[in-house]
Order: sequence, then structure tokens, then C-alpha cells
Amino acid sequence: MRELYEQLKRLFPLGEYTEQRRDLAFVTVPKDHLRPLLIHLRDRERFTHLVLLTAVDWLEEGRFQLTYLMNDRAGKRDLGLRVLLPREQATMEGIHDLWPTAATYQRELREMFGIDFPGSPRVNEEFILEGWTGMPPYRRDFDTKKFSEENFNHRPGRATTDPAKHMKEKLYPDEA
Amino acid sequence: MALYEPDRSQYPVKKPDGTLDIDLSSGKYLKLWQGPQHPGITGNMSLELTVCGDEVVDCQTHVGYLHRGFEKLMERRTYIQCFPIVCRICVPEPDFNEYCYAAAVEELSGIKSPRRADWIRTLILEMGRINSYMMYLGGQAGSLGMGVIGQWTTYVRDLMLDRFEELTGARIYHMFILPGGVRDGLPEGFEKRMEETLREIESTMKDVYEAMFCNAVFKKRAIGLGYIDPTLIDPYGVTGPTARAAGVAKDVRKDFPYLVYPELDFEPVTGKDSDAFTRADVRRRDVLLSIDLIRQILDKMPHDGPLMAKIPNVLHWKVPRGETYIRAECSRGEYGYYLVSDGSGYPRRVNVRGPSYTHAVALLERLIINVNIADVAGLMVSLHTYPPEIER
Repeated sequence: MRELYEQLKRLFPLGEYTEQRRDLAFVTVPKDHLRPLLIHLRDRERFTHLVLLTAVDWLEEGRFQLTYLMNDRAGKRDLGLRVLLPREQATMEGIHDLWPTAATYQRELREMFGIDFPGSPRVNEEFILEGWTGMPPYRRDFDTKKFSEENFNHRPGRATTDPAKHMKEKLYPDEA
Repeated sequence: MALYEPDRSQYPVKKPDGTLDIDLSSGKYLKLWQGPQHPGITGNMSLELTVCGDEVVDCQTHVGYLHRGFEKLMERRTYIQCFPIVCRICVPEPDFNEYCYAAAVEELSGIKSPRRADWIRTLILEMGRINSYMMYLGGQAGSLGMGVIGQWTTYVRDLMLDRFEELTGARIYHMFILPGGVRDGLPEGFEKRMEETLREIESTMKDVYEAMFCNAVFKKRAIGLGYIDPTLIDPYGVTGPTARAAGVAKDVRKDFPYLVYPELDFEPVTGKDSDAFTRADVRRRDVLLSIDLIRQILDKMPHDGPLMAKIPNVLHWKVPRGETYIRAECSRGEYGYYLVSDGSGYPRRVNVRGPSYTHAVALLERLIINVNIADVAGLMVSLHTYPPEIER
């Protein structure tokens, strides 16, 4: 994988490189160079299969990380491309014309993280959530506990325990 | 008044931007919803069909009837608390979730599961695959009008659930493969009872072959239905039996061997014609392959040795910062977990890559055009889609 990285680095301004396994590596790519890099990987390096496209919310750093995981079946290797976007007004160019399935991922990211992909098919339509107007729920600052307390009632007669305390008492009584 | 005969060579007309010009008020088209409450839909999903006569001209898929937010729930749970919920993402085949999650946590934590646990994990994954295929065969036959096949396959699936129950203590959600290893070894006499179950499945598969695959009605309806051109395999992210039926021997067990698959002797099952019939046939032969693999596993597996690696105190289990992707071949295609850790005791992000995510949305919307309404269910089942993987 390192050879491939060195080779790509001569063509594209790549950032941090992490080799996770012999057949899996992640590399950070500037936003504007993602598309040419994907086309290069697909047409020249046989990374023809888009395994997944997802986002990670690094709230503390004020950034979203988009991960494009590419697979080269013949070469038995995977390359994950990380693109870092500012959290505010996050927008990214779509790749649905390269892989039609990407449109579904982009629609989900628009709804769950609020990352916009202008021009992607049906990107502003509801995908999973119906009538959702609040903060996109997969963002880290979305408070799941507050949401459930506001929207659901407690079942009467049901005892709740603090999971950490309960597990400590059950599993490690000496520590409690 | 003469019956309305649609002339599909004339309409719908494509607009310059590529979209179809469908004027519902013209009387030429009809909107038809198939699902979410419909026997011809796999799981909780709906298809918004636009039909012209009895042919589909446009389709939009709708999901969201079963969203449980697993990926978000896991961000608020410790690594060990996530282990019992991951299996609930997928009913027919929960074990792939357990394996992929466990393997991802192990990889980031630098833990290696014991050899014997790997053999038991492989056994469970193959048992789960047979279960899932049994549900599929019943669904595929039922969607094309043969209800009885589903009763036979449900019977043998139930026998396999009995084996699961004695091995793991549970029938559907086993919660057996946990980060570090597996919960227990094989019970006494398991091999013998498993062999009896496998023979019963083989006998049923023979009946299924004769009643379903040699049946003129099934052949007439399934041959040529939902043809996937091999050039679509990569752009549409097609994996598993659906890709193998198109002659592309994509099988994670061979391409990216995991667990003890390198020690097992097998060749991925492939087909040529890439239609609903070939896909059904590939899956039928895959059942026979799984039976063979289970026999090999029971024959070769070690009977003593540890089942769990040493894992940290689960209350203080902090996984080093990093990210990884673990994949496995489930009955529908490539199943994978993308796990990101920020170094704390909680996952930063877990993303589940289910094969239906690509098969049931983009691919289905493309294949369904020009299909007769009566064949929509048969086509959808032939992709072996499972909506909860789409919305997790």
C-alpha cells in the first residue's frame, strides 16, 4: 500500500497516511482533489468498487470527515479516502455520476449529518426521517437523551439503573 | 370502448435533462404503491411505481419504516454494551453483525481471538447463511406463485434454529460472537445432530430443486427477469450471489479470506445468465456449498483450547484511536463494519455497510423499468434485499 501512496503522492497533494492493515490504508485528500483522484483510482489502479461513503463528526475539531472506501478486488486491497470539511455549511461535490449508488449515500448524509451535495438526485427529499426539521440527528451535538425524554413517555413501573454503576456491581463487585 | 393499449414506443418521452415526462392527468399513467404492507415486498419498504398499462415506467424506493438509529445508539454505549445490540440490525442473518463488530474492535484493540473461537465463528456464519437462504428460497418461490416451497424451507430452517439454540442458547439473536472470542464451545453430541440436520436439508433441497427449478411456471417467469449486465456490477456496487450469477466470482470468503476460510476447500458458486432464475440457482448451490463447509469445519476443528482471548476490564475498555473496515460474505453479498475510535471508551462512529443498501435502491430502481407489475415482487426478492440494512 505504501508504494501506491508514494505513487499517488507524485500526482496529488495527499495528506496524512495511515496503514491499518497490509491490505487497508487511509489517506487524507484535499476536497478539490478528491474527484480526479477517484477517477484515477478507478481507471488506472482498478479501484472500481465503491464500498461505502460515510461521515464522521469530529465536533471538537469543528470538522466533518467524509470517508470514501474504495476496493480493488483483483489487487486485494482497500483504500479509504478521508476528506475533511468544516462543520458549518458543509458542502461537497457529488460522485453519483461516477457510481450511481453514491446518490443514496449522499442523500443519507444530507439528512443525517446535514452535509449538502448539490445536484445529487433527490438529495433534498426525505430519505429515512419524516417531517424532521431539527438538527440532523447523527451530528455529535444532537442530544439523544433529551430527544427521547421530550418525545417518549416512561413506561410506568419500570426501574432504570445507571448502566455503568449496574455493570460495576454485577461484574466487578470488588471494585464497587 | 376499446381496451386501452399503451404504446410504449411513444411514451414516456425523455426530457432534455434525462428525466421522464410523465403527466399523470393524461390518463396514460397510474401511480401504484407496492408496500410497505404488501406480501410482495421484502421487509419494511415501499416502491412508488408509475405504470403504463401493466408495465412499470418509473420507480422510486422509499425506506424509513424501520429506522432504529443503531449507529447513533452505539455512540452512546461502551464497546461491550454495543455487542448485544449489533445482531438486531439484521433478522435473517444476525451473526455477520456480531462477527464484523467483534473483529473490528479486536483489530483496533490489538486482540487476537483464539484459534478454536475462529473455527466456531466460521461454523456459526455458515449456519446463518443456510438459514438466510432458506428464507430466500421460500420468498422467491412464493413471490412467483409457489407457496409450498416456503413451508418446506421454513421447516428445515427451524431445524437449523434448533442447532443454534443448543449451541448459543438463542434462536434468532444469538449474541454469541463477542469481541475477544465466542461465549462457549460445542455441546456434547452436536456433530451428530448437525449431521442429521444437514441430511434433512439436503433432502429438502432435492425436493426444492425438482419442484421449483424444474417447474415450467417458475422457469417461464424467472428466466430473463431482472437481467443485470456484468458491466453494471462495479458502478452499482453489486456483490455476493447477485454478482456471482453474472459470472463475476466476487466472494469475500475467497477474495479477502477471513477466519478459517483459507483452510477450507471450496470454490465460489457462479452462474452465467444473470437473471432471477440464475440468481436463485446460484443461491441453491450455495446452500449445498455451505453444507459441505459445515462438514469440513466439524471435521477439522480443534476440540480443545481457549475460547476467549484476554480482554481488558470491560468497564474501562478504551480502544486506541484509529479506524478500520471489516468485511464478510453474507448470503446477500458484502457485509461490512467501518469503525472509528477516538481513543475513548465509546465508538466515535460505526457505519454498517449492508449489501441491500446498493441492491435495493439504485439497482432495483434501474432493473424495474419495463417489468410487468406481477413480476415486481419476483424481481425484488431475486436481489435478496433486506431494508433494515439500508436504514439501520
